Amino acid sequence: MARAHTPARKAAISAVAWTVALLIFFPILWTVLTSFKTEGQAVSTPPVFVFFDWTWENYATVQERSNYARHAMNSVVISVGSTLLALLIAVPAAWSMAFSPTKHTKNILMWMLSTKMMPAVGVLVPIYLLFRDWGLLDTLGGLVAVMALINLPIVVWMLYTYFKEIPGEILEAARMDGAGLSAEIIHVLAPMAVPGIASTMLLNVILAWNEAFWTLNLTAAKAAPLTAFIASYSSPEGLFWAKLSAASTMAILPILVLGWFSQKQLVRGLTFGAVK
Amino acid sequence: MATTHTRAAARLTLAPSVILLLAWMAIPLAMTLYFSTLRYNLLMPGMESYVGVENYGWFLTDPAFKAAIVNTLTLVLGVLAITLIGGTALALLLDQPMWGQGIVRLLVIAPFFVMPTVSALVWKNMLMHPVNGLFAWIAQSLGMEPVDWFAELPLFSIIVIVAWGWLPFATLIILTALQSLDSEQREAAEMDGAGPVSVFAYITLPHLARALTVVVLIETIFLLSVFAEILVTTNGGPGTATTNLAFLIYAQALLQYDIGGASAGGVIAVILANIVAVFLIRMVGKNLES
Repeated sequence: MARAHTPARKAAISAVAWTVALLIFFPILWTVLTSFKTEGQAVSTPPVFVFFDWTWENYATVQERSNYARHAMNSVVISVGSTLLALLIAVPAAWSMAFSPTKHTKNILMWMLSTKMMPAVGVLVPIYLLFRDWGLLDTLGGLVAVMALINLPIVVWMLYTYFKEIPGEILEAARMDGAGLSAEIIHVLAPMAVPGIASTMLLNVILAWNEAFWTLNLTAAKAAPLTAFIASYSSPEGLFWAKLSAASTMAILPILVLGWFSQKQLVRGLTFGAVK
Repeated sequence: MATTHTRAAARLTLAPSVILLLAWMAIPLAMTLYFSTLRYNLLMPGMESYVGVENYGWFLTDPAFKAAIVNTLTLVLGVLAITLIGGTALALLLDQPMWGQGIVRLLVIAPFFVMPTVSALVWKNMLMHPVNGLFAWIAQSLGMEPVDWFAELPLFSIIVIVAWGWLPFATLIILTALQSLDSEQREAAEMDGAGPVSVFAYITLPHLARALTVVVLIETIFLLSVFAEILVTTNGGPGTATTNLAFLIYAQALLQYDIGGASAGGVIAVILANIVAVFLIRMVGKNLES
């Protein structure tokens, strides 16, 4: 056979793959390592890799000086809040399009997708001015609304592709048995739809957590989530790499863990079901 | 059996999504269009006046606009080239049997989950800093002159940072597509004496065509509006070396308070994005039918 999977071949491929994977992962690893150094060690040449005096000091300092917990809380409120709001709006829409499609369903889905293509800068000016006039600049409520709206098309689409996979016969059987609309949803649909809704939620939280156009432009000190808080480290005065690393590590680790669980949903959600 | 009951229910369930999205799209877009015809500066409130297409003429002839278009395209094409070639290579590698495949996969996709401001600052400071950065140390250790990345190769540096974030996305999509490839077909070709190159060119690549197209189109949508990475690393500079269209419009509106000019830029950005969108919509539409 042409491709014999000899142990030698497997070892060689493993070695190459691990090397490449570690190189790609290195910037993250380096950030985590640096977060445990002193500021002096963080900028030292030659760099220290593992043999330095590990310290938690940066984590404490970041919290004390900049009120990290508040920005982390803002991130949680914005990402989870916008996801729940989007789900609330999207679940009924996706449900009816999946189970009672009309001749307009496809056009509506396509149109929703097209709204996602609108570049944010195209509406930055009016949204900024409206937010200013309505007193929504630098408020959590304003950002929750914007995030829910920009992710709504993805949420509808993802839910739609999941709901589509629920066999319609089950619904018909329930209807034949005389189940009303609400009974249909609670007893038949809900148990089968929960995994899809959970996946959608996961992906949407990740996307909202990392969104950095609207969060940077519409927040200041009060409602700034972690994306905007980290950006404040870009000021050129002084090098605080160890503290930057500590703040960054805290900002990315929770979402990295969530992300690792959501590989499949990621593919499906971001390709609008075109690749599964 | 589409009864009037279900039709009414469908309308009711769809209404919130459709109305909200319509409002989110149409109202600001109409306002952008309207503002783009005004001389409107936030520093001179109450002085707004209708100027027709003057803002467009001004925006289109601004040397910064030409630079921004070139930078936007360079950024999109550069990142696409890196992520498509790198992603295909990585996906082919990860598709092979190996030890610890699950962990390797986790390590490779990790950068996608790093927020743009973090990746930009980590790369800019800890890796690409001309004195204390790791790359500078590696260059010195090898007896080379360290590169001052953001002064000498600013746009390239941003391309590298953005590509690092999108490489996992491309890899993941291509890998997902690879795993649905019928292995019997490939083995049959190998039995017939096809080498690895012709198997890749005649069997694997055609199978990947759809996934690759999806990667190109989706990345393009996101890459056309790269913003945070530029804001925290170069602020569009030096000069306009790293100013893309998104950053130019932001600077025009929120740094120079020129609402009219920025709105004209916004309309142009929408038109450009629509050209790309037409292709994506057609493509996903076809998949929906199949």
